[in-house]
Amino acid sequence: MYRYDQYDQAMVDARVAEFRDQVARRLAGKMNDDQFKPLRLKNGLYLQLHAYMLRIAIPYGTLNSGQMRTLAHIARRYDKGYGHFTTRQNIQFNWIKLAEAPDILADLARVEMHAIQTSGESIRNISADPYAGAAADEICDPRPWAELLRQATSFHPEFSYLPRKFKIAVIAAEVDRAALRWHDCALRIVTNAAGEQGFEVYAGGGMGRTPMIAFKIRDFLPAGQIFSYLQAILRVWNLHARRDNIHKQRMKILVHTLGEDAFRTEVEAAFTHILTLGSDFPAAEYDRIAAHFTPPPFDADAPDDMDLSDPDFARWVARQVVAHKMPGYAIVNISLKPVGGIPGDVSADQMDAIADIAQKYSFDDLRSAYTQNLVLPHVRKADLFAVWQALKAINLVDTNRDQITDIIACPGLDYCSLANARSIPLAQKIAQRFADPAVGDDIGDLNIKISGCINACGHHHAGHIGILGVDRKGIENYQLLLGGSGAEDISAAKITGPGFDEDGVVDALERAVNAYRAQRTPGERFIDTYRRVGMDGFKEAIYG
Amino acid sequence: MILISGNDLASGAVTWWTGTGWSHHFGDAVDVAGDGAAIIAAEEAACRVNGAAVVEADAAGMPRHIKDRIRAAGPSVRIDLGINPAVPAVLAGQ
Ligand code: SF4
Repeated sequence: MYRYDQYDQAMVDARVAEFRDQVARRLAGKMNDDQFKPLRLKNGLYLQLHAYMLRIAIPYGTLNSGQMRTLAHIARRYDKGYGHFTTRQNIQFNWIKLAEAPDILADLARVEMHAIQTSGESIRNISADPYAGAAADEICDPRPWAELLRQATSFHPEFSYLPRKFKIAVIAAEVDRAALRWHDCALRIVTNAAGEQGFEVYAGGGMGRTPMIAFKIRDFLPAGQIFSYLQAILRVWNLHARRDNIHKQRMKILVHTLGEDAFRTEVEAAFTHILTLGSDFPAAEYDRIAAHFTPPPFDADAPDDMDLSDPDFARWVARQVVAHKMPGYAIVNISLKPVGGIPGDVSADQMDAIADIAQKYSFDDLRSAYTQNLVLPHVRKADLFAVWQALKAINLVDTNRDQITDIIACPGLDYCSLANARSIPLAQKIAQRFADPAVGDDIGDLNIKISGCINACGHHHAGHIGILGVDRKGIENYQLLLGGSGAEDISAAKITGPGFDEDGVVDALERAVNAYRAQRTPGERFIDTYRRVGMDGFKEAIYG
Repeated sequence: MILISGNDLASGAVTWWTGTGWSHHFGDAVDVAGDGAAIIAAEEAACRVNGAAVVEADAAGMPRHIKDRIRAAGPSVRIDLGINPAVPAVLAGQ
């Protein structure tokens, strides 16, 4: 993984010192909240319902064991013993004291982590395929490009006061494990007919109040020109964005207003100009960064066989383990979705144990996925049983990847000051109702995604079944949506009709699932059946 | 009743206006009637509280909105972390 050089370290250390001074001035009453709020947000510090919340960046979802142990230390020393992995591959701590925030940032800086650009009108943490560098289906590791763009855009003056937040994702496979086109700028590495690598570029995606799927703005961009092209996109947005209206500031609104063709024309014109300025990375810089992502020293003779005689282990392998590019190795998905648990929450003790497992069995490499799960990217197949046992000891062997109990849920009204309704209790009730693994297997792949408000941190538009919490005259109410996807078959979910109360929406969801089971043809997933029969095929079952 | 709630500046913890200062226990909150805006302005100017706002409560002092009851009780999914003794009752508005 990428390691800081002296410049990276100096920048992050300087930011810690600067924030320590800002916090001291705020605590001494020398700044009011209006003055301080933009400063704390630049360091990922929000004020939520019960305390300050710190969002820490996990660049493209990659962590090592030392970093995970530091997160465990933060959970134990400064928080209430746990952390929450988010839908953008980051981690949040819910019980932070302002006075201790600078010490936390200093602890993070010691392991090359920070909370810069995890909030505010900036380019947020760049997300990527959590299987990067390991996936059997990728054409290259996308993370060197994510790291180059991270470095090029961090603290960049032109991108420091953007109209709104801006999210980028990078993948290098046909299968989309990063909700690619739900981002403002989505990059998929492809190979052209001449065998050169470049980017398929998409622009204008985003969830929130106005969900939009990014459109393809370029079929093929030579890889070395990516920073110029990104600058062009950002410049056109910066120039035209509706800074007067918070609901119209995201780039997706501009794309919609101008139209795809006009937006593309403006971007291409800006790109032609920027290209002449020579601001793209020299090839040597790519090589310097890419050298940090060379594959670990795999054992070419690692055996491919596994003893699957233990049925629980065999079930876990079948659901949680996927193909690796190297024979004899596998990718392990750690479910953070125990039935009745809180999606994405991990205790400090579990974090320490996961760090130990990653160090011993996965070349010190760990990933966070936008699905609020973790990944051990490089495990020898011969070690899978030992890994399973180690995960079992910390209650993390749920076998529900992509199933009905693998629910994405934002913190909702239990923690979030913007929320209308609770998300987590709904996820718990749904998981409890469908807890029987045989039922989960029968239903098959089904992504449920729950947001506590229209901001859509729980990706409800991208759920095969989505749930959106609304405030109905002071009472929590829930809208049910069907037909979304965050994968390569991307689509935006549609609202079924009138909303429900908390118990009512769980019942309605069960009726939708039963309608699927009654109508499916062999091999059809929930989303396939929905696409075949349409909303009408479900509506009567849901509303009776 | 009209209560005032905000977050403690240093810790971020939920606080309730008691008439003379701030308490973490919403049971200590007092009815401020129409004085909310003046109290909030004075306390925020003195940097003693953050994000203060008036909260509507019933005659027994129970916040009417679920958001305020969750602030009073702690997350409903981690009642082990709540600081008020009767957390489930508070969440239920009883
Ligand atoms: S979707 Fe809304 S409620 Fe959920 S975390 Fe985001 S802002 Fe908060």
